[in-house]
Amino acid sequence: MKIHLQYFASLREQRGLNSETITTDLATIAAVYDELKQHHGLSLERDMMRVAVGDRFVSWDTPLTDDMTITFIPPVAGG
Amino acid sequence: MFEITTKPLETENFTMYLVNPKAGAYVSFQGWVRDENEGQEVTLLEYEAYPEMTLFEGQRILNEAKSKFTILEAHSVHRIGTLEVEDVAVWIGVTAMHRREAFAACEYIIDEIKKRLPIWKKEHYASGQSGWINQDGVPRAEPDMGH
Repeated sequence: MKIHLQYFASLREQRGLNSETITTDLATIAAVYDELKQHHGLSLERDMMRVAVGDRFVSWDTPLTDDMTITFIPPVAGG
Repeated sequence: MFEITTKPLETENFTMYLVNPKAGAYVSFQGWVRDENEGQEVTLLEYEAYPEMTLFEGQRILNEAKSKFTILEAHSVHRIGTLEVEDVAVWIGVTAMHRREAFAACEYIIDEIKKRLPIWKKEHYASGQSGWINQDGVPRAEPDMGH
């Protein structure tokens, strides 16, 4: 299936992209991040981050669905 | 209402959002860009946000404050983009009949903003180095908030 990924802050810089669309057979969001981390040498561990689908936080074990937009949320520092 | 903007925050204009004839107290908080973090001289800050989600979560925080505390109005504006030392990064205003609830709600809002909003901060130092706070091994901006 096809999924859309958004990157911010240090993840955006390390990936060198704001967003991308990939095709995958993986089952969960966690598996997608683990694969990206390995392929692109991303430094952030998954347990340091949160993840969102659309504009809502979701859990890492959320199953992938076709055309879903996933945003990885590095540790925040607003305020 | 929760807002984000790239423009300087003209905080003196924001009280118009809060006017309410029942209000006996107005409490505000401003987060400023200071010139030092963990011994490093800070020259510039870059705030980056996931805008749609920041607006959604920010409004949710204000709504939570209204349900948890006896307040009348709550409003907040966060600036994003490039900020200099002494700039206002965030403003929060709360009105209530009585001051205690206004103070408590204002503190709740800034604590939740720091915990939850998808906003990131990159510090640039006089040494020429820079780093994303909480991400690049750069020390936390405010260790006392670190839990």
